[in-house]
Amino acid sequence: MICGLEGVAFRYRGRSADALTDVDLTVSEGTHVALVGPNGAGKSTILRLLTGVLTPSVGRATMLGRDAAAWRRRDLARHVAVVSQGGEAEVPLTVRELVSMGRHPYLGAWSALTRGDHTIVDACIESVDLTALSACDIRELSGGELQRARLARALVQEPRILLLDEPTAHLDLGHEAGFMELVGQYTVTQGVTVVAVTHHLNVSARFADRMVLLASGRILKEGPPDEVLTPELLEAAFHWPVEVVDLGVLGRHAIAGTRDSVDGNV
Amino acid sequence: MKRALALVASLAVAIAIGMSAGAAVFPAGDWLDALRGDPGPATTILWRVRLPRVVTGALTGGMLAVSGVVFQALLRNPLAEPYLLGVSSGAALGAVSALALGLSASAYFALPLAALAGALVAIGVVFEVARVQGRLDTRVLLLAGVVVSAFFSACVLLILTFVPADTLRSAFFWTLGSLSGASWRMITAMLVYTVPALVVLFGLSRQLNALTLGEETAGYLGTETESVKRIAFLLASLLAAAAVSVAGVIGFVGLVVPHAVRLTGVRDHRALTPMSFAAGACALVLADAAARTVAAPMEIPIGVVTAFLGVPMFLILLRRAVRS
Repeated sequence: MICGLEGVAFRYRGRSADALTDVDLTVSEGTHVALVGPNGAGKSTILRLLTGVLTPSVGRATMLGRDAAAWRRRDLARHVAVVSQGGEAEVPLTVRELVSMGRHPYLGAWSALTRGDHTIVDACIESVDLTALSACDIRELSGGELQRARLARALVQEPRILLLDEPTAHLDLGHEAGFMELVGQYTVTQGVTVVAVTHHLNVSARFADRMVLLASGRILKEGPPDEVLTPELLEAAFHWPVEVVDLGVLGRHAIAGTRDSVDGNV
Repeated sequence: MKRALALVASLAVAIAIGMSAGAAVFPAGDWLDALRGDPGPATTILWRVRLPRVVTGALTGGMLAVSGVVFQALLRNPLAEPYLLGVSSGAALGAVSALALGLSASAYFALPLAALAGALVAIGVVFEVARVQGRLDTRVLLLAGVVVSAFFSACVLLILTFVPADTLRSAFFWTLGSLSGASWRMITAMLVYTVPALVVLFGLSRQLNALTLGEETAGYLGTETESVKRIAFLLASLLAAAAVSVAGVIGFVGLVVPHAVRLTGVRDHRALTPMSFAAGACALVLADAAARTVAAPMEIPIGVVTAFLGVPMFLILLRRAVRS
């Protein structure tokens, strides 16, 4: 296990209900785990617990053999990188400046980037195919380009674990597939572990080794995509009729049905 | 590097202008006498009056500019600065209250401490008002800052009405600032606590860079966000409080100066912070020279000069922020 949760419950301050209840999760090194489920199911909370931003009310969150919250941020950032939905689009930075900030956990207060740092930055920009745009202001990038730049920034941290919080939420079908393909390559070539929160069941069915289906703060089902993407489980989680189609090489695809196809018992 | 050299040269020119501006005009020979230390009116005025005044102006300008840079990075808002956030008038109220309660004006360490207490109260009130569901609403923040500032200035004026004029400096000083009270002892005392504060803030440059990407992202990049924020807010408030305790409330330096430096393409705080210090020093020395010469032999309050430059720039920046 590279990271995980043991018997975790978590409640946000001032809330009357738990965001997570009795959650056990084990992430093995080198795998891609997708966290899926309806809004408010607790997916992003799990990422925050794994990064130590939040600490469990009950149970234990471990990251690389330690309590997740016990890590100094700087040490953690050398092992774990996070790509989320957005936030810095308005900041005037070039792509290269943004990506270089991924070296932050390796630098002293005054030291400049070394030649080694520059090599890593260039390699990561190249790997996300942004070399031609590296001098561009990030505010002028398209959504897909910006997310690739943010992925490059995360890769520059040389992480063993990549945590993705709906990184493709604003991307179209092609850019989303491209983004996930890139992440997938890293899992294969570098053995990077991926934990991804997503709403896109079909894409994660293709890229994830395991899926965790959450609903109302509990794990409904954990296992390979085939076992998780069943109409019964998805309907129970999303309260909406779902058809699942097996597309052979492309894996299983979940398709939300129309309400009149079942006896809507919401 | 070129920019840094240009700044140093500008600062030298500004100091030269600051030294020669004023009611008394000295021919070259008097300057040489003063440099040699020969006793005479030129030596007294240049060494005892003008130089401390110029040095105080440079330090105050630099501290206000750095304070602005830090508030802007922490709040991710280019309009944030000690005057507009109410920090300066909070500091003024702290200082005036302490003086009214009997603190001596030559208490060079206690006075800035009282000012810091006032500054922290002001910032606490402003943040409490502007916090919406755990996040600071930037528009409310500035509005709250200006209103709190107006209230604290009113309190300052109220105290000044009741306290004998000889105990306290004038209402002009506490609302629009002045460098006329500068002395070498005041400068040395100020350096003792502002130099460490500046060094620590310069050392936090990388963390401030990361914070401009947002707190959560900064944390994921290895920044201890909470402790960095706490230290940086405290030290930025301290710099503003120190500036207020020696030169009164001078507005807009923390707004105009960092903005001008950013316009030259500098965004990295490792360069932005020291360059803003130098540019702020330059700006306030020149503003003071203008304040002394425009209506000579009368002196206009230095805050009037900085407001004339700062308000138009604030309005332009505000307009731009509202549009985007």
